[in-house]
Amino acid sequence: MKDKILVVSAIKDGTVIDHIQANSLFKVISILGLDKIDKTITFGTNLESKKLGRKAIIKLSDIFFKDKDINKIALVAPDAKLNIIRNYEVVEKKIVEVPDEISGIVKCMNPQCITNFEKVITRFDVISKKDVKLKCRYCEKITDQEHMEILK
Amino acid sequence: MKNKSLVSINDYTKDEYLKILNLAETFEENPVRDLMSGKVVATLFFEPSTRTRLSFESAVNRLGGKIIGFSDSNSSSVSKGETLYDTIKTVSNYCDLIVMRHPLEGSARFASEISPVPVINAGDGANQHPSQTLLDLYSIKKTQGKLDEINIFMVGDLKYGRTVHSLLMAMSKFKTTFHFIAPDELKMPEEYKLFLDSLGLRYYEHRDFTDIISEADIIYMTRVQKERFSDPIEYEKTKNAYILREHMLKNTKHNLKILHPLPRVTEIDTCLDINPKAYYFVQALNGVFVRQAIITSILGLI
Ligand SMILES: [Zn+2]
Repeated sequence: MKDKILVVSAIKDGTVIDHIQANSLFKVISILGLDKIDKTITFGTNLESKKLGRKAIIKLSDIFFKDKDINKIALVAPDAKLNIIRNYEVVEKKIVEVPDEISGIVKCMNPQCITNFEKVITRFDVISKKDVKLKCRYCEKITDQEHMEILK
Repeated sequence: MKNKSLVSINDYTKDEYLKILNLAETFEENPVRDLMSGKVVATLFFEPSTRTRLSFESAVNRLGGKIIGFSDSNSSSVSKGETLYDTIKTVSNYCDLIVMRHPLEGSARFASEISPVPVINAGDGANQHPSQTLLDLYSIKKTQGKLDEINIFMVGDLKYGRTVHSLLMAMSKFKTTFHFIAPDELKMPEEYKLFLDSLGLRYYEHRDFTDIISEADIIYMTRVQKERFSDPIEYEKTKNAYILREHMLKNTKHNLKILHPLPRVTEIDTCLDINPKAYYFVQALNGVFVRQAIITSILGLI
């Protein structure tokens, strides 16, 4: 508990993303483009979690996401929980949901797909959210959870 | 359909299929019409497919249009390492329509997104070849007088065969009953069976030809290729089981027609070619009328 109080109380206004699987932290950073933001951001990783084993947490001062943007991380951090902070108080809690469409982020698993040869932004229709299945708009093949590779 | 690229058979609705097929009928009655004068079609064949290219070019020529293009990537700037993006961006300046075949899956969709002129997919790897599917539909409609409630038997390589997958998707709009005849290694993939389940359509799987083909309205043959087998002995054992021979047609329906996307190798005995139930060469001719219909619809010429 002490740990949590420290982490959350450290920002006045902004967003805390909690319950990220520790090994997904850098993917989340890259998907949200946090490496290109000039606001104060604090990361914690390999924190103990009953549910995830090792979890990571990100605190972002003065940053608020649109649902459509934050939902992009659902592919790599399906358990992520958001706390929206205003004046040191948690004013809203959110969970992430896999969106209906994914643009970029994921590599098509079909080695014969044009997106793996030319500079094309990958695009998928999400045909299953629970056990994630993505249908490539280009080659029409399915990329499933097991074969999902996140683009750098 | 004007200016709408034809990339995947799933891009068109049932109504749009029927529109194309009806229009193809008018081209069959009168194939030489001066509808395309002043129009230029680029046929970009990044891998060779003489049959498909000639069919498209014949369609354009009979309508008075002009053709530019290349028949394999060795004779184009692609061999110098040009990207598909650059080829399409350049060639689209010179033409009103692009017809393309490319070995990579999804290449035609990508081209259609970056091209200011419409694109017809004439095959993108193992993915789609929609004009083939439309000519298959045309052949079924023409020989059966309808598309609804047909008993279709698909034979051979049902696992990798893109023509059977596209035909299945298209025929699923017409209350079709499907029979799949394939070796274990080349069975219809699960996803297509689940799709038919979701629509409540009936399908039956068989390992070999049996008396059941007496129920068939259409037999759709495909090649069983040696490369598809992990075990060459398995191929030798199974290859003869998927050859259609004349005596097998003895008790079949009088309206039965045998279709094949061609080229054929050994899977249909040549003795069958003169049988009135053999339809594969007429099927190829139908391809020209269907492609005339597709091209004139997309260019808004009709
Ligand atoms: Zn793909």
